[in-house]
Amino acid sequence: MMRDLTELGIAAIRDGVAAGEFTAVEVTEAFNANVAAARALNAFIVETPEIALDMAKAVDADRAAGKELGKMAGVPIGMKDLFCTEGTQTTAASTILSGFVPHYESTVSANLWKAGAAMLGKLNLDQFAMGSSNETSAFGNVISPWRIGGGNDAPLAPGGSSGGSSSAVSARLCPAATGTDTGGSIRQPAAFTGITGVKPTYGRCSRWGVVAFASSLDQAGPMAHDVRDCAIMLGSMAGFDPKDTTSLDLPVPDWEAALSSDMRGKKVGIPREYRMDGTDQDILESWDKGIAWLKDAGAQIIDISLPHTQYALPAYYIIAPAEASSNLSRYDGVRYGMREVPEGANLQDMYAATRSAGFGPEVKRRIMIGTYVLSAGFYDAYYTQAQKVRTLISQDFEAAFQKCDVILAPTTPTASFSLGDKSKDPLAMYLNDVFAVPASMAGLPALSVPCGLNKDGLPLGLQIIGNMLDEQSVLNAGLAIEERAGFTARPDKWW
Amino acid sequence: MSVDKETVTKIASLARIAISDDEAGALVPELNNILDWVDQLGEVDVSGVEPMSAVIPNKLRMREDIINADPLTGGGVRDKILANAPDAEDGFFAVPKVIE
Repeated sequence: MMRDLTELGIAAIRDGVAAGEFTAVEVTEAFNANVAAARALNAFIVETPEIALDMAKAVDADRAAGKELGKMAGVPIGMKDLFCTEGTQTTAASTILSGFVPHYESTVSANLWKAGAAMLGKLNLDQFAMGSSNETSAFGNVISPWRIGGGNDAPLAPGGSSGGSSSAVSARLCPAATGTDTGGSIRQPAAFTGITGVKPTYGRCSRWGVVAFASSLDQAGPMAHDVRDCAIMLGSMAGFDPKDTTSLDLPVPDWEAALSSDMRGKKVGIPREYRMDGTDQDILESWDKGIAWLKDAGAQIIDISLPHTQYALPAYYIIAPAEASSNLSRYDGVRYGMREVPEGANLQDMYAATRSAGFGPEVKRRIMIGTYVLSAGFYDAYYTQAQKVRTLISQDFEAAFQKCDVILAPTTPTASFSLGDKSKDPLAMYLNDVFAVPASMAGLPALSVPCGLNKDGLPLGLQIIGNMLDEQSVLNAGLAIEERAGFTARPDKWW
Repeated sequence: MSVDKETVTKIASLARIAISDDEAGALVPELNNILDWVDQLGEVDVSGVEPMSAVIPNKLRMREDIINADPLTGGGVRDKILANAPDAEDGFFAVPKVIE
């Protein structure tokens, strides 16, 4: 009997296709079948099995013709529906973009297709990437494949905003998926579903063609089963793009080739401010395990201080909504998406009616907060103050990286929670990202790697934060943890 | 600082989002909860600190002054630009009456 190809990750598929053990079409057919059978998870907004097959056929044809294959040749992936894909609906999970079919391709997705990857479909997410549980999508909640079990079948949050990505990878509907991380939206969902996710240094991946949320923070990154797969995929996503003014004009290192879990001579900082009140006991224990594993890998563990940690989240909730209120002003019912015109409406009425009907409650809340903190009389007290605090947060990290190579911390303060648990209380939801946001504010590379299960049998993640442009150290420390954690748990199939 | 219903209505109008009186009322405590929480930033000593707008020092580039140097951001794509418009006529975006 042929082996189940959906068990494989990026490296195994790439190598197997290259060696002729199986074809790209066979791989894609296997994943297409898993996608079609998993609609109960609501991970996809649009499924594109034919597109995936066509792209796979092209890879098989290239191989047959003896052409050189790309770094992700034959690997079908899920594309977060925040990336514009030419000819395929792109919505950011919002009604306001319903029916929008881009006439261009985002740079990141174009890079992935160039590397030989294939698109299985567009993945659900929190509306405009605003949320931490995937409950703000206009296309319904994404359900985590994980359950507490033992009679407790309450649907759990896959995390957010890249909840379709995390759910789909965890349930093996795709070997990998793109995510975007503005304040934890790759790392938190990765931690909630027992997969690995990397947010690179701000500027590594082009933002061109990615629906904008908060432009000074938004970064695309890979979500996959392990560190190696993330290193391969990040290498295919990243690169200089003149179409994005903040794109880094630097060569893309070969992160996969330089992977090494040998931490001898490396210093790992443990930030004392991350030991916060209210952090789950299981999380604290997983952190201690992570420290022991990195010591075992040869690293020296040192105590560090990031004094402004507690202010990162409130500063984020001024800066991100401020940028969002500006970015989302483009949705006016004129150029794309939906339009609402009440009887006798003038242009201004049409704008207001369209935006009222098209945006979900959380998006409106953030636009309103952003509009308020940028309004005359409040700008300095809120927005300028938050930007100054952001400088201090960044300086904290700069000082810390004088003393250590990477920082180890939990990814989240708790494991996944039941859908509905926090959706009525925006602040409780925001606090989920308390450990993830500081690295976003400073633009630093960071990953989440699975490290074990809590007492309810739900996955937990550990976070590695690295210095500017030092994705390699982040990946290497993640690999050292991965090798020692031996995380093989997976959700029981119920969907 | 906190907002009242009148302020919420004003913000909604600035943000071009139509909200009912009831919605404005419901948003008052929601927004105030968030604003109360971010108020803690006021306790941070920021004297002498410059506000940060970019995490990586990045000089804005000028592109070559060549027409359609990159076709993806070049011109001559009117039909593509109009293809997703809710209403387009004669090569233009169409909108409701602007001048009374």
